[in-house]
Formats: sequence, C-alpha cells, structure tokens
Amino acid sequence: MDVNEYLGLFLDESQEHIQSVNTQLLKLEQTGSQEAIQEIFRSAHTLKGMSATMGYESVANLTHEMESALDLVRAGKKESNQLLLDTMFSAMEQIEAMIADIETGGNGANVDVKETVVAFQSFIGSTSKAVEAVEEAIFTADLYTDSVITQAKETGFEAFQLHVKLSDAVVLKAARAYMVFDRLQELGEVVRTVPETEAIEQEQFDLSFDVLFVTQESADAITHAVTQVSEVEHVQVTSYTSAAASAPEVAVSAESVAVAEVKPKAVETDEPKEQAAPQAKTIRVNLERIDRLMNLFEEFIIDRGRLERLADEVGQPELNETVEKIKRGTNELQSLVLTLRMMPIEQVFNRFPRMVRSVAKDIHKKVQLDISGAETELDRTVIDEIGDPLVHLIRNAIDHGIELPEVRVAAGKPEQGRLALRAYHGGNRVFIEIEDDGAGINVDKVRSKALERGVITSEEATGMTDNEIAMLIFAPGFSTADVVTDLSGRGVGLDVVKNKIESLGGVVTLETVVGQGTKFQVSLPLTLSIISAMLVQVGEETYAVPLSSILETTLLDEADILTAHRERVFDFRGQLVPLVYLKEMFAIETEAKTQFPVVVVRKGNKLVGVVVNELIGQQEIVMKPLGTYLEGIPAISGATILGDGRVALIVDSNDLF
Amino acid sequence: MEQKWVVFSLGSNTYGIDVQSVRSIERVQPVTRVPNAPAHVKGVINLRGVVTPVIDLRLRLGYEAVEPTDETRILIASLHQGDAGFIVDRANEVVESEDVRIEPIPESSRDMLSAHLTAIAKGEDKLFSLLDANALFEEQHAE
Repeated sequence: MDVNEYLGLFLDESQEHIQSVNTQLLKLEQTGSQEAIQEIFRSAHTLKGMSATMGYESVANLTHEMESALDLVRAGKKESNQLLLDTMFSAMEQIEAMIADIETGGNGANVDVKETVVAFQSFIGSTSKAVEAVEEAIFTADLYTDSVITQAKETGFEAFQLHVKLSDAVVLKAARAYMVFDRLQELGEVVRTVPETEAIEQEQFDLSFDVLFVTQESADAITHAVTQVSEVEHVQVTSYTSAAASAPEVAVSAESVAVAEVKPKAVETDEPKEQAAPQAKTIRVNLERIDRLMNLFEEFIIDRGRLERLADEVGQPELNETVEKIKRGTNELQSLVLTLRMMPIEQVFNRFPRMVRSVAKDIHKKVQLDISGAETELDRTVIDEIGDPLVHLIRNAIDHGIELPEVRVAAGKPEQGRLALRAYHGGNRVFIEIEDDGAGINVDKVRSKALERGVITSEEATGMTDNEIAMLIFAPGFSTADVVTDLSGRGVGLDVVKNKIESLGGVVTLETVVGQGTKFQVSLPLTLSIISAMLVQVGEETYAVPLSSILETTLLDEADILTAHRERVFDFRGQLVPLVYLKEMFAIETEAKTQFPVVVVRKGNKLVGVVVNELIGQQEIVMKPLGTYLEGIPAISGATILGDGRVALIVDSNDLF
Repeated sequence: MEQKWVVFSLGSNTYGIDVQSVRSIERVQPVTRVPNAPAHVKGVINLRGVVTPVIDLRLRLGYEAVEPTDETRILIASLHQGDAGFIVDRANEVVESEDVRIEPIPESSRDMLSAHLTAIAKGEDKLFSLLDANALFEEQHAE
C-alpha cells in the first residue's frame, strides 16, 4: 500500500476521532453517560485500526490499551473512575502529540507513554507484555539524545543505561539522587534521566530512577561508584543503543480541507436530543486546488473589468446586456468561491474545553468554560493561524484573570470561575470574545510597570484612559506576571499575540473592570482576500490604500502646510495633523505640485495625512501576499493585480505613524 | 543519475540551473518596483495571478546592470520559499548530464560568489557554472 497517498486522510480522520473522544470524555466526566463510553470505545477502536494499517505502532499500542480498559467498563465488569478519566485525557494528549509528529514526518514514537500505559494496565488489572516492552524502552529516542550519543560514541565514549534503586529506608531521596548524579558527573556525562532531573530534585519519584549516561569508564566502574553512595540498594548498568536508528521517513502530504456542501436548513426542533447531529455531506478537497480556483477566478474578474470597459466604449446594447449578465453571474460565483475556503471555527474551539480543564487543574483553579457560536465560519487560513493566539489569551485569562477558589469565595464570588468564549459575525468581520469573571486588570500596576519598563512616558500616561493603559499589556517587552509561571510567562509576551492577530488583518481590544473581570475581543476580516481600497498615483506608480483605514480625502494647497517641531502638518478640522509624503517614503521620482490630494488615514485616534499626486478612485481589490522573500518591507502589506494586469502594492498605513 | 540544466548567459558568463527547479521561462514584462527593497530586487510581476518577486541576477551576482533586450528572459524558479523570477540576459539551451563532465570549483577561483556555485560543468564546446538558486535566494533573505 502506498502509505503517503493515505496519510492526509489518516491525519484528518485521526483529528476527528481525537476531537470526538475529547468531547465524549468531557461528557462522560460530567454525566457518566453510557453512550459516551460507547462513542469513545468506537473512536479508540477506529484509531487503533487506522494506525495499525498505517504502521504507526505507537498510536496503535496506546489506543489498544485504552480500548481494553474501556471494554471492561462497557461490559460492566469495572466501574469507570476519575483515575481512568484522567488517564484517558492524557492518553488523548499523547496521541495528539504522536499525530502531530507523524504530520511533520516522524513516526509518533517520540512520545513517552509509559505512565499512561501502566495506568491503563493497572486499571485492567494485569501486567502484560506491553509493560515489559515499555520498560525496556525507558529512554524513548529523540533527536537530541540520539545526536548526543552518536557524537559521544564517535569520540570513544560508551552509552549506558542505569537503573538505580534506593533502599526502602531512605530518608532524603533527593539528596541521595543528587549524590548519585554527583558521582556520575565525575565519570562522564548524564544525558537524560527518567523522571526528569527537576522532578527527581523535587522528590517526585518512587524509590528508583533511570539515567542515560555517557562515559569512557567501564560498567563495573560505574556500578562501583554508584553503590558507594549510601542507601543505594541496587544499580543495574546496561549498555544503551539508540532505538530510533531506523525510524522511517514519512513525507507529509498536501494539506486537505473539508468543504461543506451547502446543506438544506435543518428544521429546528425543540426536543433536546442527545443523539449525534446528522452529518453534513462533505468531500475533502485539496486546499491547493481551491487556491488555484481562486487565482483563476481572480484573473477572470480582472478580464471582466476589461470587458466592461470595452463594452462601454463600443456602446452596443446587446453586448452591454451580455456583459451585465456575466457581471451578475460572476458576482454570485465570487461569493460562492469565497465560501469554499470558509470553515466553522468549531475546529479551533473544540480543543479548548480539554485545555481549560487541564490548565485549571494544574494551577488549582476552578473554571467553567462556556462556548457559543462555534458554528461561525471563517477563512481556512485564519482558522489555521488563530488557534495559537487564542490559546495564549485563554491561558492568560485562567492564569491571571480568574482567581483561586478561596480568593473568589472571600470576594463573594462563586468558587468556580466562568470563562466565556464567543464567536459571531458582525458586518464583514468575525468577532471572537474571551471573557472571564476574574479579578480584572490592575490598571495602576500596569501603569507603573509600563513606566518602569519605559513602554510609555509619564506625560503619555496622564492622558490615557484606563482601557488604554490596560492595552499596554500587549506592548512589546511587557509582562504582568510577577512570578513567571509555566503557563503564560513562557517568555512569549502578549505582543506576539497582537502581532499575529494583526498579521491576519485583525484587531484585538480589551475591556476590564477591577474585581469583575476582563473581556478580550478579537475582530477578524471575514475573508482575507477582497478589500475595498482607494487607488492613488504618485509619479508613474500606483498604490492601493485600504478604505478601512481612510477617514477622508481632501485637497491641500502648498500654502496650507505649516511646520511644527520641524514636522510638516496641516490643519484638519482644527486639529494639527502630520503629513507623510508617499514620494519621499517610497523614493518615487515625481515633479512638485502646488496643490495635491491628501488621504487622511487613522490608527486608533491618531491621524496622518498621506500626500499623493492623484486619486484614481475606489475599487474592490484582491489582496495577494508579497511572499516570504519580500516580507517586512516597511509600509507595504501586500499587492494586488489591477485591471491592466499590472501589480500595485498595498500601503500599510499602520507603518506611517 | 540523469540530470538536466537550463543554461543561460549573463554577459560572457554562462550558468546552469537544475531544470527541476525551473517552472517556466518568461519574456520581459512590466515589473512593479517595491520601494525600500534590496537593490537587486527588481520588483514584482503578475505571473498568471500570482504576485512573484523578480531578482536581477546581474546585480545579485555583482555584475553591472544592463537595459533589457529582446533576448532578456525571466527564469521562474520554484524555491523553498515560493516561486521567484531571475532576470538573465539570454536563455541558451537545456544541457543533459551525459554531455558534460562535472568538476568541482577550482580552488583558485573561489570567491564570494562560490557560495552559490555548486560545481563546474564541462563539455566539448560547453563550460558553465552550476548555480544553487535556493542559496541565492535564502542567503539574501537572511541579510
């Protein structure tokens, strides 16, 4: 079987099953529903079958354990318990990681599933071969370890795997372990430990731990050195060989996108049926094909414009009528083609319930997540990109927004915090809101920190509203966390979230009330590709300025230009607005004019007048990326193709401020 | 292994680029200048609906710029970072590996350009340097 051909399908279907298991797990946890167990069992079974067929043993083995455990519950031989649920949640996380690895060309064997398998096994109540197999491969191969060991071997070192067991009477486990490491460091280098070194230091291990060690010494010498440490009961030294030497390379197939067929509107019934919703009939179409269709269609739109102009010139009634028909047809076609790329945001939202659950659990908070508007559709590209920023905002809300249960109770709030995740359409934008009922943002703290870090000056701070100050948490180099936690303070600031959202043509805002909570709102364009723009001309060159950023256009005389702080400004309705000359900004050769049009653009409540030579007019343009090579060119956000086939660049007015 | 190169000229020098990475060879067409881009970036063109960057290979390799002629062509190469066009003086022919001998770049002629050159191909009446288009593109991007 040619595996590659099926890989895309396998990945997509796996995702669907993982998603379904996660949904059902949450349901099971809340209601203990038998149906949910059946659903999970079915999905686990399918996952097992698919992955075995594809040769991904790691996925197959883990799902097999899960299936066996569930089979007992299903048959009524065992009761489901919280431990089993937790194990299944972590199993799904691991399977997801494996699938992600497979997607990037791995084989899914890099995920450490030992604990999960042991937990399933102990639930089932038998220790079968699977555990022993896992036991042998304590150090599952990863690239880092492999490269260290290969290098070490090249320079005459040997790799050993040590199993160290401390005596039952040991008092200071961590100290003994530390002494073992100390001895080992004298003889060679510790590559990895199971559990991880940090966990060992915090005594998070039973009586034994495993060490992967490279040295020039013999196994006997190591044994001798380690047993010298008191309270070490036993040490087993075995030679280590890398397991991943022959991991097969798997090419990643082209990304696929599910295209929903327009389905007849379902008749709404009031009966709350718990049964699965009828599946919309879909086919999977390669995203590349849709992009090609879009490109061809855009070319066609350009030719349509040309045809309209020609028909106007000719002035023949029948021709005009035909052109008019074509125009109507293509308009409909255009909206249809654009919807082809649209997908419900459900795909992104689906992973949040589980994430919120585990994040909240990790930091001992109680959070209820309410999701609405998951059916809201967005462009596939946005769907692919918006996940990470949302994850960051949600983690942030749980970590910094929602308080610990005892704090909430003391403040007279319910113990369980609420986190609302909403999506909805408004105009030609999609809004996503993340609202918590937590502590809100401490504006004074943000202000002093922003001043301290030099994000704003004290003059700037005086004129700012509370929400404007709160927005500073998105400024580069700003972090509100006093203590860097594992969650939000991972070195990636909220400025990265803001940049990502803006690169998608989006805007992020927030509202916060101390003691009552914070609401983040992300607004995104419905489709990335078509925008209204003003075409302007400077010298021989044509540029497009997005209409969304234009306040108005006006005509200015040379004599109206004033100078303030050596900056050219003009009086716009009683407000002094700085002028930016596009010909200077873009080094365009053009003659000086005494009277010229000015395009007034805004960013927040700031204004700038952009001086051009001529206004050509307003037009719908198809936004196209400039490509990675020309990324980062200042004040240019993309390109579009004009009616005459030439490329015009799109001015990013945000860069003019 | 059978290999083919598209051979082209820049002044009196000839270069070859792997035919696998060449998508098409285009005649000169209107190029939109991209302000504040590196000097050798001529601009962008509309290549069947896709906005494609175009690089003046003369400038990129340190030769003097010339005005386009009837023979000037744009080689559209498919690179890791997407498609890009390279302006060359003339596209000559496609040469197969059986017609040439591949030799390493002589030590003496190693210079700053050799980072983009992979080897020298010699045939009966042919001599051209093999160019790594991805290296040309990426290294510049890193700058």
